Amino acid sequence: MLEGIPARQRAKERAIEGLLFLAGVSSILVTTAIAAILIYESSAFFREVSVVEFLTDTMWTPLFAEPRYGILPLLAGTVLSASVGLLVAIPLGLTIAIYLSEFASERMRETVKPVLELLAGIPTVVFGYFALFLVTPLLQRTVLPDLPGFNVLSAGIVIGIMIVPYVSSLAEDAMRAVPMSLREGSFAMGANRVETALKVVVPAAFSGIAAACILAASRAVGETMVVAIAAGQQPNLTLDPTQPAATITAYIVQVSLGDLPHASIGYQSIFAAGLTLFVLTLLFNLAGHALRRRFREIYE
Amino acid sequence: MVNEAALRTPPPAVRAGVAASAAEAPAERRVKLRCRDFHFYYGAFHALKGINLAFEEGAVTALIGPSGCGKSTLLRSFNRMHDLYPGTRYEGEVLMEPYGVNIVDRRVDAMAVRMRIGMVFQKPNPFPKSIYENVAYGLRLRGERRRAALDEKVEAALRDAALWDEVKDRLREPGTALSGGQQQRLCIARAMATDPEVILFDEPTSALDPIATAKIEDLVQQLAGRVTVVIVTHNMQQAARVSQHTAFMYLGEVVEFGETGQIFTAPRIQQTQDYITGRFG
Repeated sequence: MLEGIPARQRAKERAIEGLLFLAGVSSILVTTAIAAILIYESSAFFREVSVVEFLTDTMWTPLFAEPRYGILPLLAGTVLSASVGLLVAIPLGLTIAIYLSEFASERMRETVKPVLELLAGIPTVVFGYFALFLVTPLLQRTVLPDLPGFNVLSAGIVIGIMIVPYVSSLAEDAMRAVPMSLREGSFAMGANRVETALKVVVPAAFSGIAAACILAASRAVGETMVVAIAAGQQPNLTLDPTQPAATITAYIVQVSLGDLPHASIGYQSIFAAGLTLFVLTLLFNLAGHALRRRFREIYE
Repeated sequence: MVNEAALRTPPPAVRAGVAASAAEAPAERRVKLRCRDFHFYYGAFHALKGINLAFEEGAVTALIGPSGCGKSTLLRSFNRMHDLYPGTRYEGEVLMEPYGVNIVDRRVDAMAVRMRIGMVFQKPNPFPKSIYENVAYGLRLRGERRRAALDEKVEAALRDAALWDEVKDRLREPGTALSGGQQQRLCIARAMATDPEVILFDEPTSALDPIATAKIEDLVQQLAGRVTVVIVTHNMQQAARVSQHTAFMYLGEVVEFGETGQIFTAPRIQQTQDYITGRFG
């Protein structure tokens, strides 16, 4: 008969397996718990306010004497500030990534990368004041003299600068993971560095680059402090970035800082707003996942 | 001596010239690439030590030798692949005829060299593009925009690579979806599409099964006469089957160079004899 693995070793093996399983499951549990609480708390909200009103009303004034509960103004503010941010972050981040991965010397890369990552370590409240006290006045003095003191544009630009490292770092990782043999193939055809970078390396790294952009989008949508500080906190249904507006996150922080009684509908509206945000970022992540699968290139 | 302008002029019609020269006596055959006291360094490491070799136009020349002997390093010097890596250095001459240009002189534009010398790599490396765009890549780099011309050259190159019948209905599918052997033939088509004067093969079948290998070997033999071929291989039967000339290299030097038949049946040097009979390497 074959000698089996000793019982003690097998028990140890199983214990380790169990621990790893628990670690894996815990992340799923936490996510599920958050989703469950959001849904549970907002269900109380949706008993008072119909889903149709929530999704179609154009005013968001839950704390007024005559409250209105339309999420659209907050959604517009969120989408607008995130879009401005992405318009800044994606071109800038991808250019930096292409430069670092395909053109910069080893020394240059080792110097620039940590500096860029430092950008991601600055507290967002600092970025908020940066938008309010530097970017807005600068825009007022140069191109947009009529810009209000609180506006989505400055907040969006600063969000963009803030998330550049997310785009550049992940996109660069994706491009550096492209096998050298592909670059050699391109150079051997007589291509120069720019042609090789844009026609071979970027397409080969597409799934990773898309993932970087989607992560940046999630991050931009979830950004709170910059918009709370610099965009004004008035829910305003507009797609004009030079206007003040509130985002979902700015609303949540505004209301949670107040002293609302826990069972009030104002308090519950936070969860409804949070649920909306959750669904939004979930959609982004699913889109990112689908993109990755669609464009994944398989290398041995 | 730099004569970069010569490289930029359109290539002469080599094919007719090759057909004529094939009948001539060996001594009068035309040379396409000529190494003269060529040295190569990876940093401080002296990888190639005074290579003197002449590669006949329109013929297949095989480079054989044990791992680390410098055969791939020599091959990759011909299209200046080493330029991509810091710390590498060429010394001496590799003349490309009929231009008489030293293609390893750093003052000669590496891209101009690569426009004329194509390469097929050890592992198939199709680009993340469609089959069609893989083959059209070099043509587009050379400024070809006309649809009809692209279509025609892509088809011709795929036929040259014996791949047309297998892929003609799926030209829009990604090149990476093909089998390994097909991918390698796609890479050959990609290299052929731009009408290079020389094609370098760096162990092109080492990642392939015997059937795919046989197809690649057939292709290499068919290329002879149309382009100058230099092939690095670990497989001595392969060298014997496809090449007219063989150079045996060892420790960065050419030990013996001659007609393939002579190298494999009557090597003049003991070391060559030992290697081809499997006594070392």
